[in-house]
Amino acid sequence: MAKYRARRRVDAAAKILCVAATIFGLGWLTLILAALVWNGFGGLSLAVFTQMTPPPGSNGGLLNAIVGSLIITALGLAIGAPIGILAGTYMAEYGRYSRLTFFVRFINDILLSAPSVVVGLFVYQIMVTRMGHFSAVAGGVALAIIVIPVVVRTTEDMLLLVPGSLREAAAALGMPRAAVIRHVAYRAARAGLLTGILLAIARISGETAPLLFTALNNQFFSANLDAPMSSLPAVIFQFALSPYKDWQHLAWTGALLITFAVLAMSIAARVLAARAVNK
Amino acid sequence: MNEMAQTARTNAVQNASREKIAVRGLSFYYGGSRALKDINLSFSENKVTALIGPSGCGKSTFLRVLNRMYDLYPNQRAEGEVLLDGENILDAKLDLNLLRSRVGMVFQKPTPFPMSIYDNIAFGIKLYEKLSKSELDGRVESALRRSALWDEVKDKLAASGLSLSGGQQQRLCIARTVAIKPEVILFDEPCSALDPISTSKIEELIDELTDDYTIVIVTHSMQQAARVSEYTAFMYLGELIEFDDTSKVFTSPREKRTQDYITGRFG
Repeated sequence: MAKYRARRRVDAAAKILCVAATIFGLGWLTLILAALVWNGFGGLSLAVFTQMTPPPGSNGGLLNAIVGSLIITALGLAIGAPIGILAGTYMAEYGRYSRLTFFVRFINDILLSAPSVVVGLFVYQIMVTRMGHFSAVAGGVALAIIVIPVVVRTTEDMLLLVPGSLREAAAALGMPRAAVIRHVAYRAARAGLLTGILLAIARISGETAPLLFTALNNQFFSANLDAPMSSLPAVIFQFALSPYKDWQHLAWTGALLITFAVLAMSIAARVLAARAVNK
Repeated sequence: MNEMAQTARTNAVQNASREKIAVRGLSFYYGGSRALKDINLSFSENKVTALIGPSGCGKSTFLRVLNRMYDLYPNQRAEGEVLLDGENILDAKLDLNLLRSRVGMVFQKPTPFPMSIYDNIAFGIKLYEKLSKSELDGRVESALRRSALWDEVKDKLAASGLSLSGGQQQRLCIARTVAIKPEVILFDEPCSALDPISTSKIEELIDELTDDYTIVIVTHSMQQAARVSEYTAFMYLGELIEFDDTSKVFTSPREKRTQDYITGRFG
């Protein structure tokens, strides 16, 4: 009986520690969100979405940064997502038992946790120095390198979840491999694959370091892919560290925009993933 | 087992009807382990042949050789000959997709594709034939009628195949297989996941399908084998122990092991 009571006490202590750790972790997240809303919400206005980043001391918005972020993110996704999906498809469907898959998976896991500043430096070295100037394309490539491992991983995982019996059933109808993958495996894993892409977008939309080395920044509106382009993270970086109050306010607003965009995407990814499992 | 006796019996079976598939000296390996040992028998055209035996005896493995399903996986190989209308389907140069369009398969668990009921059936047809919309509709309908599912689904062809009950899903899978007009249909324990009513529906269906198809069915249920099949093969530990008319196998088996199994002494 004494032993049982001791066990109950250990259980209670463990439970308290777990709850405390959870509150501690969530507390910081709440504080961050609260600070963002507190400092950024006041700055939200139509001008944020319609005007360019201003010089210090005058009014302005974040239009060029928002559009730049959208363009560079889309570019990174357009390059990275197809490569990631194709590679993940190879690993789960064609090369499931091959040695190559084993190595790719290992390297992909390393890439998945590679510091993004290294990715930025790498693209700076292979693109920016060769082209002689910073450009949106280089920014897109840097983000693509971050997108690829995320999408490879989710694509492989999601396709591995598709039951083998479904593939067998499709093959038993005389369906060629490519058709089995396109019409049956992709369809069964659709929600999961989409989730992976959303997660990748969430991941890159806040990346700053790789963009500072590649797309740099631009005070003005530009849709030229071969020229430096503004982006929200780069503007936040520049404005938040500046001594000007109005710039700092805009930085807060930009941070709020990014955070809520990412939050929305994460929630969408969760919902989709839940739907994928329930199906 | 005495090989001459077996050949004689095979011949006796053959005389009754044309042989659709002839299996000669078939052995099968999972990596280094031998799962089928020198199997010889033939499947008669437009007849139902049941493969029975305890778990692990190799009956499903045997079935998966007949449409080369094992080819999807590494380290599995077959030796010997399996002649479909005289052509060796173990030939490495064989077009597997073409083979599988001739030898269809229905699995243990119903496996509808994640698409509409209509598409589940139309999809396989479209792989091999270019049909107009109305021809395709006709083929889908006749496949569903053939598998006794039409009346239950005709008003919801656009609904997901996954929305059907287990028994309906299995009939959908049969319809899907029938739709591409194979010559042989393999059933791998098609009723083991179904309730008795669905089971009897599927068994009726199998009976009707023999008009057009050669059928091989793996089953754990001896009653089912007795009900649906003309011929029965009893397998044990990768060997073919006995192969004969179903009535003979169940009433006066030649081998002691067959008798022990069908009377429930093991398995």
